[in-house]
Amino acid sequence: MKNIKVLGTGCANCKTTLKLIEEAVAAKGVAVQLEKVEEIKDIMGYGVMSTPGVVIDGKVVHAGGIPSKDKIDGWLS
Amino acid sequence: MTSLTLQLKRWPSRQPYLFLTIAVAVWWALYQTLIPFSEALVGLLPVARDSHLGGALQFFFYDTPKVLLLLTGIVFIMGIVHTFVSPERTRALLSGKRLGIGNGMAATLGIVTPFCSCSAVPLFIGFLQAGVPLGVTFSFLISAPMVNEVALALLFGMFGWKVAALYLGMGLLVAIVAGLVIGHLKMERYLEDWVRAMQNSQSADYEHAAMNWGERIDSGFHHVREIVGKVWPYILAGIALGAGIHGYVPEDFMASIMGRDAPWWSVPAAVAIGVPMYTNAAGIIPIVEALMGKGAALGTVLAFMMSVIALSAPEMIILRKVLKPQLIATFAGVVATGILLVGYVFNFVL
Repeated sequence: MKNIKVLGTGCANCKTTLKLIEEAVAAKGVAVQLEKVEEIKDIMGYGVMSTPGVVIDGKVVHAGGIPSKDKIDGWLS
Repeated sequence: MTSLTLQLKRWPSRQPYLFLTIAVAVWWALYQTLIPFSEALVGLLPVARDSHLGGALQFFFYDTPKVLLLLTGIVFIMGIVHTFVSPERTRALLSGKRLGIGNGMAATLGIVTPFCSCSAVPLFIGFLQAGVPLGVTFSFLISAPMVNEVALALLFGMFGWKVAALYLGMGLLVAIVAGLVIGHLKMERYLEDWVRAMQNSQSADYEHAAMNWGERIDSGFHHVREIVGKVWPYILAGIALGAGIHGYVPEDFMASIMGRDAPWWSVPAAVAIGVPMYTNAAGIIPIVEALMGKGAALGTVLAFMMSVIALSAPEMIILRKVLKPQLIATFAGVVATGILLVGYVFNFVL
């Protein structure tokens, strides 16, 4: 099972990113473990500077801005 | 029908150069037809062209599409520029730079680097982590929200290129000098302890995937949808206000308190009122338009605008997580002083 973390301090873009991933997960019916990381210290631990960031299985795959739907689908397949 | 729209949608990414050439031509043609278009539109209405209302309507029909066209064009270009300058790349450029040249680079990069105010803190720490000096980091942090493309496009559209250029130059100057001052004060010890521990710690590098021109154009469109979609109501309100109050409020209504002959304290008062106010560049434009139209001096108005955008209470609260109160106070004080000087210089020179 994939572990997906959304890094963000709670801004609008971060919430949208989380929602988009949730929708894509529901649409595909895949089982993932989705987490939200809001603490600045923890976010910095991933070396991400521009939020929202997305981490899959410990690897940063996206940073800065809302990811496109194609990109999200790519992570889930 | 659907296959046709789909084809049209994919066209920019298939022939990006052709698309860009045609887009520029169409944009330019539209820009040239603004005056005849607004005259024709007023001509269709049952209002005398030389009446007061006719003049106001022509102004509104001319200014609204002009400002929106300019904004769309500039935001689209910035969306493409953003695909070349990620925060990570900016950080790499600034890493290890000394005070002085580093501040100039940081302030300039602040204009073109994609920046969202909610990323201010992660960006701040990320810069320090990579060994960007504190003063240089501050230059970036001051310039990025203040000298942004929306503010410049709106000033350009409403007050002409000279005002926009002055705002750009003065904004950069404030960011560079404030960063230099903070750097020379050696205030590193006023960073929160956990942030200091992270300084020069080298963070994991995140590589952005390479993009082709189709994707860059997509990014331009995305940026337009995001920014123009958000700010157009403010712009409409601003221009309507500008057209509407014309003639109803006396021209020199603001002149005695914010005009050129206003007392010396009008600039500090404008800055002081601006700090607790919090809005983005688009939200402030209606107010600026109204003040300028009613005889307020340009320097006073620009100082007010800069202090609203660059200094805000919510931003201070977020920064408090990484800075100790002394450093926040210094930051606010230095930037406010810089803005104050800009206001006086403008009022004096123009």
